[in-house]
Amino acid sequence: MSRGGVSYAAYFALNPVWMHQWNSIRGFEVTGQFLRKMGAISAAAMALAPVLATAQEEGGYAAGHPLPGQFHLQRSVTPIMDSITAFHDGILMWSISLIVILVLALLIWVVIRYNAKANPVPAGFTHNTLVEIVWTVLPIIALIVISVPSFGVLSDQLTTPDGERKYLGANIFSFGEIEVPAPELTIKATGQQWYWDYEYVDDDLAFTQLMLNETDRNATKPGQPRLLAVDNELVVPVDTTVRVQVTADPMGVIHAFAVPSFGIKIDAVPGRLNETWFNARETGVYYGQCSELCGKDHAFMPIAVRVVTKAEYAAFIAAFKAGDYDAANATLVAIK
Amino acid sequence: MANTAHLEAHATGHDAAHDDHTPKGWRRWVYSTNHKDIGIMYLIFAIVAGIVGGLLSGVMRMELQEPGIQIFHGLAAMVYGVDGDAALDAGKHMYNVFTTAHALIMVFFVVMPATMGGFANYFAPLMIGAPDTAFPRINNIAFWLLPPAFILLLMSLFFEGTGPGALGFGGGWTIYPPLSTSGHPGPAMDFAILSLHVAGISSILGAINLITTIFNMRAPGMTLHKMPLFAWSVLVTAFLLLLALPVLAGAITMLLTDRNFGTAFFKPAEGGDPILFQHLFWFFGHPEVYIMILPGFGIISHIVSTFSRKPIFGYMAMAYAMVAIGFVGFVVWAHHMYTTGLSLDVQRYFVAATMVIAVPTGVKIFSWIATMWGGSITFRTPMLWAIGFIFLFTVGGVTGVVLANAGADRALHDTYYVVAHFHYVLSLGAVFSIFAGWYYWYPKMFGYMYSEFLGKLHFWVMFVGVNLIFFPQHFLGLAGMPRRYIDYPDAFTLFNRISSYGYYITFFAMLIFFYATWEASRKKRPAGDSPWGEGATTLEWTLSSPPPFHQFSTLPRIESTNAH
Repeated sequence: MSRGGVSYAAYFALNPVWMHQWNSIRGFEVTGQFLRKMGAISAAAMALAPVLATAQEEGGYAAGHPLPGQFHLQRSVTPIMDSITAFHDGILMWSISLIVILVLALLIWVVIRYNAKANPVPAGFTHNTLVEIVWTVLPIIALIVISVPSFGVLSDQLTTPDGERKYLGANIFSFGEIEVPAPELTIKATGQQWYWDYEYVDDDLAFTQLMLNETDRNATKPGQPRLLAVDNELVVPVDTTVRVQVTADPMGVIHAFAVPSFGIKIDAVPGRLNETWFNARETGVYYGQCSELCGKDHAFMPIAVRVVTKAEYAAFIAAFKAGDYDAANATLVAIK
Repeated sequence: MANTAHLEAHATGHDAAHDDHTPKGWRRWVYSTNHKDIGIMYLIFAIVAGIVGGLLSGVMRMELQEPGIQIFHGLAAMVYGVDGDAALDAGKHMYNVFTTAHALIMVFFVVMPATMGGFANYFAPLMIGAPDTAFPRINNIAFWLLPPAFILLLMSLFFEGTGPGALGFGGGWTIYPPLSTSGHPGPAMDFAILSLHVAGISSILGAINLITTIFNMRAPGMTLHKMPLFAWSVLVTAFLLLLALPVLAGAITMLLTDRNFGTAFFKPAEGGDPILFQHLFWFFGHPEVYIMILPGFGIISHIVSTFSRKPIFGYMAMAYAMVAIGFVGFVVWAHHMYTTGLSLDVQRYFVAATMVIAVPTGVKIFSWIATMWGGSITFRTPMLWAIGFIFLFTVGGVTGVVLANAGADRALHDTYYVVAHFHYVLSLGAVFSIFAGWYYWYPKMFGYMYSEFLGKLHFWVMFVGVNLIFFPQHFLGLAGMPRRYIDYPDAFTLFNRISSYGYYITFFAMLIFFYATWEASRKKRPAGDSPWGEGATTLEWTLSSPPPFHQFSTLPRIESTNAH
C-alpha cells in the first residue's frame, strides 16, 4: 500500500495545519500506478507511504460522501474518477503548487535582495530577450505536457464504452489499459423542482427520489448524512456499465446530475437529453447534489445511487417488475 | 471638431478663462463634464455600491458559518412579514437573491465603475497628456446612467420574483433561462434586465469616450508605443466593453421578449434552446472578467515600476500581452459550459484555447517580478498591495488552469473550487489592484497623504482576511460542495466556519479603510506634486496635487526618449 502520497504531499506542503486529518484520508489507490511511472518525483512522495498505509487501515470506511474536514476529491470507485484523481492530484496539483512556490520564492527574493537598503542604486535594464523567450516557451511546454493527459481524461469521460475501447483509469499517460464493457443498463434521470425522477428505461420502471427531512431521516436512516439521505435510492449493479440519460422537466428549469465518486456531472436541461455513463467497482451508497442553480430548494435535491451486487440487482428488478419500488427495495438489506 | 477647438484654445494660451468658469456647488458635479470630477464621482459610487455588495456577502457568510438555516428564515420573516414554513421558503429564495445581487453589484457597480469609471476617467487623460476626454458630455451621461441602473437593481429586490412572498430575482448573475424566464414570472427579473441594459449603455458610452480619447488626444510625441501601460490597459478594456456588452444587451433583450412578448428564443417547448442563452451570456461574460482585471494589470505595472525606481521590464510584451489576453478572451467562452453536454471536439477546442491564456498572463507575472529585479524597492502601502496582488493573482490564475481542463472541471464545475478561483482573481486580484491604485493615486487626487500606518494595517488585515475566506473554499470544492447552497452536509462545516471567520476579519479591514480615508481627510497632510519620488515617471506626477481643474493648457511634448 505504498501508493498515492504525491497528492497529499502537495497539499501538506501548503497546509501543514491539516496533517491531523491523515487518519481520514483514503482513496489514494488511483494515483498509485501513475506514481510508479513518475520516477524521481514519486520517489520523494513514496517516503511518506508507510505513514499513509497505516492511516489507511485505521481509517477503514467506504463512504460515498464527503467526510468532515475533507480537503481533497471524494473517493473514486470508477475508472473515470480514477483518471480525474490521477490527473488532478498527480499532474495539476503538482504543477500549480510548483508555479505558486516559484512565484512566491521570486517575490521573497526580490523583496530581500532588492529592497532600498540592500540595493540603494536601481539597475536600469528593461529587456532581456533570452529570459523573455524562456518564460514564454517554458509555460507553453508545460501546458502541452498537461494537455496530453487532459485530452485523454476528457475523451474517456465523453466516450460511452463499446466493449472494445480501453480506458485510462489511473494510468493517465497510457494509451488505455482498463477494459470497460458496453452499457448493459440505461437509466434516465429527470430533474424536477426540487427532486429527481428516475426511469429504468429497459424495463419501463420509474420512481421518484426525494430528500429525507430531518424527522424522517432520524426515524429511518439516521446513519446517512443530513441533506444527502433520500427516501428511494437509485439501485444499480456493481461492475456494470450504466448509461445515464439526463434531462429536466420540459416546463421546468436546468439542474445538474452529479456523483463525485463516479466522476460524473452533466446538466439536466429542459428539451435536451444529455448522456453520461459510469461503471462502479464497489458496492455502497454514493451521494451527489444538484449542481446547477434551480431555485429555492437547489440545496435540497440530492442524488443517491446504491451500488449492489449483480444478484441483488436481479432480485431488485424482478420484485420491481412484479410490484413497486418499495417491494423491490425490501429485497435489499435496509440502509441505516 | 469641438475637440480640436478645445485643444487650440489651450494651445493659444486662453486656458485661464476655463478656470474662471469652474462651476460651483451641485452644478459642478451634476452637470460635470470634467473627467477628474466624473472620475471621483465614479469612485464614490463604487465605494457606496461596494458597501451594499459587501454587506450582502456578510449575511451569506453568517448563514453558512454553521450547517442548517440560521439567518435567512428570520430575515425573511422580518422583511416580508411571513412566518413558519413560508418564512423558510422565502428565506431560501432570499439567499439566492443575495448571491445574485452580490455578484451583479460587485461586477457592474463596484469593480467596473472603480476601474473603468474612476481610475480610467481620472488618469488615462492625465497619463496621455490630454486636457480632458474626447466627449465630456458623453462622460457625464455615462456616469449619471449608473445611479438609476443601481436603483433599478435595488428595486428589483423588492418586487415579486418566483411568486407571492418570494421577492427579488434569485437566479444567479448568470441569469440562465428557464429560471430567469418561466422560473421567475414576477417583475423582479424585468427590473434586473432593465438595470443591466442601463448599466450596459453607460459602459458602452464610457468605452467609446475612452477609445476616442486615447486614439486622438495623446500629447504630441506620445505614440501608442510610448503610451503608459495603464492607458494601454484602458484601451484594450474599452474595446472589450464595446464588443462584449452589445452581446449581453441582445441576450437580455431576448430574455425580456421571451418573458413578456411571447417569443421563444430560449423556450424548449416552442423550439427555443436554453443553451443558446448560455453561449450568448458567456460570449459577453468571459471578456467581462478580463474587463474587470485588465485595468488592474495597468495599475500594478505603474506601482511596481514606481516603487522599484526602475522602468517597466518588457514594456512591449506587457502591452501586447494585454492585447493577446483581450483577443483570446473572446474565443474561450464555452469553458464555462463544460457540463452542458457540449461534444467532445468542442470541449477539446475550448480546453486548448483557454490554456493559451496562461501564456500571456505568465508573461505579465514574470515581467512584474523582472521589473522589481535589480530595483531599489521601497515598501510603501501601494507597493504592498501590488505585491499582494501579484501573489494572489498567481494563485487564482493557476486554479484557472486547473479548471480550464474539461476533464478536471468535471469534478469541480459549479463547486466552491470555482468560487475560490474567481474570488482569488477578482476579490483578491481586481479589488487589490483597486486598493493599490487608491493608495497610489490618493495623494494625487486629493492632495493629501493618507496615513502610511493605517494603509499598511489595512493591507495586512485584509490580506489575512480574504485568504481565510477563500483559501478553504478550494477544499470545499474539491470535496464536492456545490455553489449557491444555503445549507450543506455537515462534513463541510469546518472550512465554511473558517471562511466565515475570514469575512469578519475582512469586514474589520474595511473599517480600517474607511477610518484611514476619514483620517487622511482630517489631518490634511500636504502630499506634494510627486510624493513617490523619481520612480513615478508618468505625466500625472508633473501636475499639482490635486491637478488643476483644467490641466495641460500647454500640451506636454513627449521627447523621443523612453517615455514609459
